[in-house]
Amino acid sequence: MDLKTTYLGLKLKNPIVPSASPLSRNLDSMKRLEDAGAAAIVMYSLFEEQVEHEAAELEHYLAHGTHSYAESLSYFPTPGEYNLGPDQYVEFLHQATQSLGIPVIGSLNGISAGGWIDYAKKMEQAGADAIELNIYYIPTDPNLISQEVEDRYVSVLHAVKRAVNIPVAVKLSPYFSSFANVAVRLDRAGANGLVLFNRFYQPDLDLEALDVVPNVLLSTSDAIRLPLRWIAILHGMVKTSLAATSGIHTAQDVIKMIMVGADVTMMCSALLKHGPKLITTVLDDVNKWMVEHEYLSVEQMKGSMSQASVADPSAFERAQYMKALNRFQ
Amino acid sequence: MSDEEAVSTKQRQMVTIDGNEAAAYVAHKTNEVIAIYPITPSSPMGEWSDEWSAQGKTNIWGTVPFVIEMQSEGGAAGAVHGALQTGALSTTFTSSQGLLLMIPNMFKIAGELTSTVFHVAARTVATHALSIFGDHSDVMAVRSTGWAMLASNSIQEIMDFALIAQAATLASRVSFVHFFDGFRSSHEVMKIEELADDDIRQMLDDELIRQHRARALSPENPVLRGSAQNPDVFFQAREAVNPYYLACPAIVQKTMDKFARMVGRRYKLFQYVGAPDAERVIVMMGSGAETAHEAVDYLVARGEKVGLLKVRLFRPFAVEYFVNALPTTVKNIAVLDRTKEPGAVGEPLYVDVITALNESMASGASPLRSIPRVIGGRYALSSKEFTPTMAKAVLDELKKDKPKNHFTVGINDDVTNTSLEYDPEFSVEPDDVVRALFFGLGADGTVGANKNSIKIIGEDTEFYAQGYFVYDSKKSGTTTVSHLRFGPRPIHSTYLVNRANFVACHQWFFLEKLDVLKEAVPGGTFLLNSIYGPDEVWEKLPLHIQRGLVEKKLKFYVIDGYKVAQQTGMGARVNTIMQTCFFAISGVLPRDQAIAAIKRAIEKTYGRKGAEVVKKNFAAVDQTLANLFEVKVPDKATSTIQMPPMVAPEAPEFVQMVTAKIIAGEGDELPVSLMPKDGTFPTGTAQWEKRNIALEIPVWEQEICIQCNKCVLVCPHAAIRVKVYDPAHLAKGPATFKSMDYKGTEYKGMKYTIQVAPEDCTGCELCVEFCPAKSKTQVKVKAINMKPQPPIREQERVNYSFFLDLPEVDRRTVKVDTVKGSQFLQPLFEYSGACSGCGETPYVKLVSQLFGDRTVVANATGCSSIYGGNLPTTPWTTNAEGRGPAWSNSLFEDNAEFGLGMRLTIDKLTELAKELVQKLANQIGPELAKAMLEADQSDEAGIYEQRERVKILKQRLDGMNVPEVKNLLSIVDNLVKRSVWIMGGDGWAYDIGYGGLDHVLATGRNVNILVLDTEVYSNTGGQMSKATFRSAIAKFAAAGKPTQKKDLALMALTYGNVYVAKVAMGANDAQTVRAFLEAEAYDGPSLIIAYSHCIAHGIDMAKGMTNQKLAVETGYFPLFRYNPLLAKEGKNPFKLDSKAPKQPLRDFTSLETRFNMLDKIYPERAKELSALAVEDIRRTWELYEQFAGTREGAKEKTETTPGT
Repeated sequence: MDLKTTYLGLKLKNPIVPSASPLSRNLDSMKRLEDAGAAAIVMYSLFEEQVEHEAAELEHYLAHGTHSYAESLSYFPTPGEYNLGPDQYVEFLHQATQSLGIPVIGSLNGISAGGWIDYAKKMEQAGADAIELNIYYIPTDPNLISQEVEDRYVSVLHAVKRAVNIPVAVKLSPYFSSFANVAVRLDRAGANGLVLFNRFYQPDLDLEALDVVPNVLLSTSDAIRLPLRWIAILHGMVKTSLAATSGIHTAQDVIKMIMVGADVTMMCSALLKHGPKLITTVLDDVNKWMVEHEYLSVEQMKGSMSQASVADPSAFERAQYMKALNRFQ
Repeated sequence: MSDEEAVSTKQRQMVTIDGNEAAAYVAHKTNEVIAIYPITPSSPMGEWSDEWSAQGKTNIWGTVPFVIEMQSEGGAAGAVHGALQTGALSTTFTSSQGLLLMIPNMFKIAGELTSTVFHVAARTVATHALSIFGDHSDVMAVRSTGWAMLASNSIQEIMDFALIAQAATLASRVSFVHFFDGFRSSHEVMKIEELADDDIRQMLDDELIRQHRARALSPENPVLRGSAQNPDVFFQAREAVNPYYLACPAIVQKTMDKFARMVGRRYKLFQYVGAPDAERVIVMMGSGAETAHEAVDYLVARGEKVGLLKVRLFRPFAVEYFVNALPTTVKNIAVLDRTKEPGAVGEPLYVDVITALNESMASGASPLRSIPRVIGGRYALSSKEFTPTMAKAVLDELKKDKPKNHFTVGINDDVTNTSLEYDPEFSVEPDDVVRALFFGLGADGTVGANKNSIKIIGEDTEFYAQGYFVYDSKKSGTTTVSHLRFGPRPIHSTYLVNRANFVACHQWFFLEKLDVLKEAVPGGTFLLNSIYGPDEVWEKLPLHIQRGLVEKKLKFYVIDGYKVAQQTGMGARVNTIMQTCFFAISGVLPRDQAIAAIKRAIEKTYGRKGAEVVKKNFAAVDQTLANLFEVKVPDKATSTIQMPPMVAPEAPEFVQMVTAKIIAGEGDELPVSLMPKDGTFPTGTAQWEKRNIALEIPVWEQEICIQCNKCVLVCPHAAIRVKVYDPAHLAKGPATFKSMDYKGTEYKGMKYTIQVAPEDCTGCELCVEFCPAKSKTQVKVKAINMKPQPPIREQERVNYSFFLDLPEVDRRTVKVDTVKGSQFLQPLFEYSGACSGCGETPYVKLVSQLFGDRTVVANATGCSSIYGGNLPTTPWTTNAEGRGPAWSNSLFEDNAEFGLGMRLTIDKLTELAKELVQKLANQIGPELAKAMLEADQSDEAGIYEQRERVKILKQRLDGMNVPEVKNLLSIVDNLVKRSVWIMGGDGWAYDIGYGGLDHVLATGRNVNILVLDTEVYSNTGGQMSKATFRSAIAKFAAAGKPTQKKDLALMALTYGNVYVAKVAMGANDAQTVRAFLEAEAYDGPSLIIAYSHCIAHGIDMAKGMTNQKLAVETGYFPLFRYNPLLAKEGKNPFKLDSKAPKQPLRDFTSLETRFNMLDKIYPERAKELSALAVEDIRRTWELYEQFAGTREGAKEKTETTPGT
């Protein structure tokens, strides 16, 4: 069975790519992902905040309380060189590209067109095959109009595209008034791929301490519905590659996403839950399903059930909701 | 080639460094084994060595020296001795008591004719008081060890003499102490010429090194060294070394001559400067000689026949060289000693000079026609200033027919009238030297920026540059004064700038506390960081500043540095901005060149830490000049704003007369007669120093308060307090005084108030962070919240004063075994100078609350002795009855023994008092006597009753003229329970004092040992101790500590009869209180190891208690109590008070720079050490569970843990 696919212009052996997660924090687990069959790997994210603040924070704590009392004019040794998080990231990415046979995609997470974008260039120089730009932005300013929010996405993309020659994918949230328009604008602005969708870490409350606390919830297969719909709609509408992420746990999830038009499917929660070997199982199951259902290749399947390809395009739109409602009644 | 012909033309690098770095530079390049131990002011020499070796820097033979920290200076000397005996080139660095601890080994090392150099930043030895500052009392104490002693007077000489000493020790086989003045030389930053590796190689003869190795112990060629000798031969054997000492001076001079040929700087064993036909000559050594040199040059230029003999090689004292170095015309000599030897004929150099003159005259070897008249005097003890006018006063004294002998200079001795008068107006400072003073805060980066300025001027211009920095006696809200000089010639002024042509004040509030213009010269410049612009600033200035500006006709500039800092993301750090202003105004460099240089310096300083920090600093530089304005100074001072008095008028006389002067920076003016003679000071003085350093202070919201008293518990400065009191008192309360009904049953019907001391709070926020009560409608509002201090200062000052006058709670009614109850007890440790947010002082304060009225404290040297006992004001205080902790600091290493001695006295005097009470039972009254002898003092009520009995006894026996009665009255207070608290840091308990601590535990005596465990030597700047956790970076562990933390608690509990507890207030405050009570109640030795967050951890200090909580929850610092009394009841004495680690260690370590940093420097090593650290935690926890009997298979369960 031919599982090959093309994503961001990269020829991949199959459509399963582990997305940015703690699994790409060490070479050992990355190697295990490759051995299990991953076609490419998206590295864990380098955050804008880390680039902007780590150095300032280090400087603050190293300087805090110094030059105040004659016996303790400083509290730490002064090493010759620091290897800050962002530099370690780039170095690690380089090691990964050297150690792995599959493409490695660097991941940058931020919201402004600031100095942190220099790290896209550094990732390229370190051997990254592509960059995934994860724009994680909660527009809380009530004076900010949606147009400006969208402009910001485009401007960050522009800045990164200017900095590198390797392909750039944009990972997005679905929370736009007119998502199709945003997708098309990013397509025109030079995005080589769209990754749908970003799962925001949603905070939780600790009722005893009355604190807001981070709480990472792993996805289930139910989460595929949202990207499924939008990939179906966007397939054919944009030139960029499409990657499906959120809720990809089983071969069925993978096949559904490819059918609506995804070039790759990205797994995270399922791998964190079950380990890298899950990729082998899912690939076997995809293979088996394709044999059973007499599909020859992923390319054949790709987009076969996109909005443009199905008999009832409105099934992906509001009318479908009305139908469901009617049935319920 | 003769000496006179030789001058090197080789170009060497100019560097701007301090004396410690200069010494360490040579020591690291010329040694193989370096054993170190921290002590101020020599610690940076060890720190540099450790860092360089961690970075893989090699010595001149291409190998990286081993650098090892020992448990004490004695240990360092022992390790060096061993290393030398086995053929390594080995050294160490030390000061003061550290050098004294090396003495036994120094006798051995010298007795065995061993080549080595110890580099000593000379510091005062503690006598009536400790002092970290510089004089020669330490090096003078090693005169008899047989070591050569070579004195460096300047930073250049430190580098040069470090090498000359190394070369000479190899050639002479005499061991060398190379010393220079602590702080003045060890910390002075100066532009000097750096010796190249080639210079060092050429100076050190490899053949001599091979001979040193050939003498080493080796099984291939075994010898015995260190025999025990008897009366028959010891004496002769001791005299066998003589030829080496006789040859040594010539070897040193020869080495100096070789150095001169290579490098160009010419040194003599005794170096004379001044008029060739001088009649009056000063003889001295150390940095003060540079100042005397300035004065002599000035006077000679004006025709005076004066001179100065700088003693460089003090031991072996070469009489012939000495007398030949003096001008033959000399008639009067004044010998200046920077030390005091009470009871001696005179100080050491004075005695040597007289002996040398007499000897040479008697032997006929003297070139002098007659023996000059010699007087001796003391100067500059403990870094007291020594200025050209003082040198002149000494020379002037020599003109007199009857000059004072055994004089002092620089102080006013109005008791024994030893001091010389001097003219405060006399100055030799030339006009072409820029002399600048900068008043800054520790936190605003002023010192760092000035160090950068010196480097800029040193490296970018032909100018010579000098920087010296004066710091505060407190550790929070500290003032720093930077003294900078720049000039066309090498700078010899080893004294503070007192004729400043540029004064900068980086913080507005100094204007109300200090006369910053006092040292400004007429026509000079004043730069002020001011929120008021050029048009409004004048009206806001206090009168004394206006007067200074007008009378001295100063040029006046202002900048709103805070605004520029805010705009450019620099926060509170105005350093770069003020530095740019200095360059712009002073004209030391052309403006553009200066700005380019500042930016290069920024790049160099911060570049390693990332581009963002550099960018912010660049932005600050770029925005500075547009905000810098010259202010037109009016003709007349009109301000009505006066400098407030230093202390309140109701302060006691001693505080008014002495303390207030010290606070005002006028301690130098205090005469001898006002000083306590034996180091005894009154307690309770911190209350008089209102520092007002907090920008924000906590404000109580009584509607939200749940009356837990936790804020009071964690306050490091006793600046937030609680009282319960009769509502009737409120009648006279100020309008804004807050109160609420007490919620519990024990004080039903009473009122409850939490009150902040607005002028004593440091604004650390620990209390707010720890407060568990949140508003029901808006959770960000707690029961206490930070609010700006200035608008409420006056109101809260009045409220606090009213609060203090409310009666204290009756101790007999308090439930002391709860957090809440304990905090109703008055703290007798308040407003210390500890760091804002200190993690140690809440424990110290708790001791003072629970037991302070009956406590004697033995305090090991370290942070706790500094914030506990550093002048001008000290925090230990008394209650309304005048009772409170009596406190003393002996040394660093002996504290457990010191405390044990106190216990032995108390026990003995208690026993003696009981014996006398028995004897005098009839006079006392049999019933009272019996009650006194059988008193149960296990609780507050019992102690109260015993005090009452003692009171009655005193009344009954009053006036009886019977010796035994008098004797009883002198000791009868011992019949009231006394509690001995032995406290100190981990450096003391785990390292230097461990042997003593262990012994004291083993005695079984009733002492309470509190170890304030910050896991580093905090006071000396964060050096590794055996309490440091594996993988943490610390000084002396620049590559992360490779070994696990010593489990001191576990070691102690193996005795079985020692009460042991590990506590962390932020994690389990109830367990902390319980442990303190149990420890004190236990009639035997108790050891409490208290986890203390610390500024040396590189943490957000406001969240210190949160970090403590995580330290416990991750298993990093498990809590337990081991109470031997439980074993007697057949129970398991070991109670595990924390739960099994539920979070990964990373959750704790990621909050602390000491752990994060390793990952940023050596990521691979970080991974390896972190994995081992996790394993340490697992293993420790398993062991503790086994002790507690909670591991699988164990039968016994632990009792309920308080607070969990």
